[in-house]
Amino acid sequence: MTQQTGKITGISGNMLIVEFEGTITQNEVGYAVRGNERLKSEVIRIQGNKAFLQVFESTKGLSIGDQVEFTSELLSVQLGPGLLTQIYDGLQNPLPELAEEHGFFLPRGVVLDPLGGDREWHFTPIAKKGDVVRAGDYLGSVPETQFKHYIMVPFDFQGEFTVESIQPQRDYSVKATIATVKDKKGQTHNLAMQFSWPVKLPVQAYKEKILPTEPLVTKVRIIDTFFPVAKGGTYCIPGPFGAGKTVLQQITSRYADVDIVIIAACGERAGEIVETMREFPELTDPKTGRSLMERTIIIANTSSMPVAAREASVYTATTLGEYYRQMGLNVLLLADSTSRWAQAMRELSGRLEEIPGEEAFPAYLESRIAEFYERAGLIQLNNGEQGSLTIGGTVSPAGGNFEEPVTQATLKVVGAFHGLSRARSDARRFPAIDPLESWSKYKSIVPAEMVQICRDFLVKGSDVRQMMMVVGEEGTSIEDFVVHLKSELLDSVYLQQNAFDKVDAATSTERQQFMMEKMISILQAEFDLTEKEEARTFFYDLRQRIIDWNFIEWNTDEFKKQEQMIDELIKGKVKNA
Amino acid sequence: MRKVYNKVISVAGNVITVKASGVGYEELAEITTRRGKSLAQVIKLEDDLVSLQVFAGSRGVSTSDEVRFLGHPMQVAFSEDMLGRIFTGSGVPRDGGPEITENLIEIGGPSVNPAKRIIPKRMIRTNIPMIDVFNSLVASQKLPIFSVSGEPYNELLARIALQAEVDMIILGGIGLKFDEYMKFRNTLEEGGALNRSIFFVHTAADPVVEGLMVPDLALAVAEKFALQGKEVLVLLTDMTNFADSLKEIAITMEQVPSNRGYPGDLYSQLASRYEKAVDFEGAGAITTLAVTTMPGDDVTHPVPDNTGFITEGQFYLRNGRIEPFGSLSRLKQQVNADTRKDHRAIMDGMIQLYAQYLETEEKRSMGFRMSPWDDKLLKYGKLFEEGMMSLSVNIPLEGALDRGWSILSQCFKPEETGLRSELVKEFWPETVQAEELEAAEETV
Repeated sequence: MTQQTGKITGISGNMLIVEFEGTITQNEVGYAVRGNERLKSEVIRIQGNKAFLQVFESTKGLSIGDQVEFTSELLSVQLGPGLLTQIYDGLQNPLPELAEEHGFFLPRGVVLDPLGGDREWHFTPIAKKGDVVRAGDYLGSVPETQFKHYIMVPFDFQGEFTVESIQPQRDYSVKATIATVKDKKGQTHNLAMQFSWPVKLPVQAYKEKILPTEPLVTKVRIIDTFFPVAKGGTYCIPGPFGAGKTVLQQITSRYADVDIVIIAACGERAGEIVETMREFPELTDPKTGRSLMERTIIIANTSSMPVAAREASVYTATTLGEYYRQMGLNVLLLADSTSRWAQAMRELSGRLEEIPGEEAFPAYLESRIAEFYERAGLIQLNNGEQGSLTIGGTVSPAGGNFEEPVTQATLKVVGAFHGLSRARSDARRFPAIDPLESWSKYKSIVPAEMVQICRDFLVKGSDVRQMMMVVGEEGTSIEDFVVHLKSELLDSVYLQQNAFDKVDAATSTERQQFMMEKMISILQAEFDLTEKEEARTFFYDLRQRIIDWNFIEWNTDEFKKQEQMIDELIKGKVKNA
Repeated sequence: MRKVYNKVISVAGNVITVKASGVGYEELAEITTRRGKSLAQVIKLEDDLVSLQVFAGSRGVSTSDEVRFLGHPMQVAFSEDMLGRIFTGSGVPRDGGPEITENLIEIGGPSVNPAKRIIPKRMIRTNIPMIDVFNSLVASQKLPIFSVSGEPYNELLARIALQAEVDMIILGGIGLKFDEYMKFRNTLEEGGALNRSIFFVHTAADPVVEGLMVPDLALAVAEKFALQGKEVLVLLTDMTNFADSLKEIAITMEQVPSNRGYPGDLYSQLASRYEKAVDFEGAGAITTLAVTTMPGDDVTHPVPDNTGFITEGQFYLRNGRIEPFGSLSRLKQQVNADTRKDHRAIMDGMIQLYAQYLETEEKRSMGFRMSPWDDKLLKYGKLFEEGMMSLSVNIPLEGALDRGWSILSQCFKPEETGLRSELVKEFWPETVQAEELEAAEETV
């Protein structure tokens, strides 16, 4: 097939209008050529003999009449061993390697090998000659950090194939042929460890999708107990600036009980992802004792990097997540922030002069957001094993107002909503997840009745506080006052958590369950309190002791001693003890 | 020799269209009108139609005016000779001095590779306690000053410029009033800082489009100096004017507006400027302070709102003081552990007490009776505002911390402050305490 080319006839921002002859495909990749530079672009609209392309880099200096080379390939990522520990831009260009070759700045028109080219991996075959295989079936495996990385039949192989030959156990580079398979028509295909997949299409090389039920423990109490996330589920974190979205994502990326974490820094501050990039290699994963970076992939397309690549970065991250899910692993994708991704779509839509929807977002905003979150899920693989991809996206609503298109479209499709509130973050109550507004459709790690009791107290406590603002403390009965103090206690010692303390930052499942029982017993106890001042002193004292307790390591002697002190304090005040 | 075109097809707003070929995107052109010469930049190419935004505005452009393409995008000189000089938004001298044309560099260059950034850890001292003690400024930080018209934000910028421990200062003025800019200049001159400053000033009287270039000019020059190892402080005032210029061009170009008329790419446009703040591994750094006036004192207005999502915190300037609440330096944790061991404790402790003072003040204004504790808080609040918050206070960090202890000891007993006992032991000014407390009780 001869290469299609076209000529630029219009430029506006990062959009090109290109006149072409022959056949081109929607979403195929083209390169705008200017001197030695080749600028990667994607076809986003075709009209007669004109194609509209979004350029993933700055269009400065391009000129009418410049040539565009079409590739007939959709925008794709390379899959294979070597993805873990990598730091990519939105188009899977490895940033550290770019820095090594080009210094401080991101050069235009440079594409590097995302899997490090010549590196060799120790391949152990699984499939045998004569086996019948389908897309996603395992041909062999290589060790990658602490994982067994399965080498699969490429996902775009349709139908059944017979293994003709497979290479013996030995080191190979990702591009070397490790197996040969024959299709039904008798044509043979050489397979390497590396293959590509178009980022905007979901990988579906599995048996079926199943309902997510198992909780994904993040070790953040308010999430796991009150607004849980399931392995294979979806959740969103909307919040105004300064409410702690990023800290919450960082904490989750460190402590979440999953195999692999993919961090997509999409249009946010470079400084934040730099912290992750520099700190993760130094931190150890408590589960495996190895560097946290060994289970992490970072996609960094920060706010000053090209907008079109920002749109692609979310899909790149999702595709990598789907790839590892096919190996039967539990993957967590954290996208910060999906609003920037939506804004990238808006910029593009504006350039295409499409009729705008609400706040100038394109009419297809909702369906794009739905498509994205639908790529999460728990799946049963062809071999019966399970794998999951969980997606958590932050949303940055303008002015912190949730009544805006991106938040609303997201709420329709996610399984849990962790709404951050300005009032809570101003009061330094972190994590600032609003306990009254947030919700989750997944199962908690504690019994539902307990959660209900707590929620009732939080609601009643909030009602009492509203009333107290009108009638003052004097006009409030002691019973109501105690309800208020109990709900405040629950808030201070359970909902709030200190992300910067090494013990309190992550609370294990057992500890949460244990603490929840203690909290329920306090909430349900009737205390012998007649004076408000006395009640306040008692609850403040109790609060201080439980907060101290939160900072003590689980199940140590010190922990038990502190528990005794708390129990004694309660015993002294409880009625009919 | 570049080709000259003399047929202007359309003039709309500050955008003109000519028929031309072989023109590059974002290329610069020079247009000669009856009123003189002006630069213009290509913002759209369609077949042989070239749209340009004219920096001097389109007023007086005739259809037969001459347009000469220069074959390169916007450039700015970069040289030590620029220190102490003042330029316009087109990079032309405003101070009557000679034009500088050596070492031309392109503006709006590529973004820094995140892999080459380092975690910032150098504090920039300003001798303003509300910054140094409570929200330390860190090299490579980008911080806006959220304020409203009429507040002394430019005075604050000038003071920071004078006192900050940096090698050089680059001021980008966008829509600056003439007298504001003169005051700026005079302040720096009197303080002896002019010879380490470069000004790019677009005044309110200049054509709107010219203001669009100012941040890029200032940051391009800053970047080059930072790469040479210089610690550069970039001051931008006022970024709301910059956003308004963007809005004007976008609407002229018939782009679909997203929010209150601002273009959909406002966030990206602001981010590409703010993200130039950087600490280069093995070289210098760029720190950016930018005034953003909030129309109607509304922080949810698109300009401050988008800014807040981009920058690393914000200072609120209200009633001539930096507000202790709402103001935040996201990077302060990186530096304030290594200054003096009482820094964090004073920072948290004094703010918590000030919050209590505000509650008491509210109660007092509603006519409630004041308890002895309330009286202590009232005294504390007054001392805190005079000794710490007032912009006239000018002391180094250590002095400010000592003053913090002194204020506390004049109002409270150690255990009332909630400060850790070991710090109290070391820093509580014993001698002052007894007499001052008595004196305090007498006056209250």
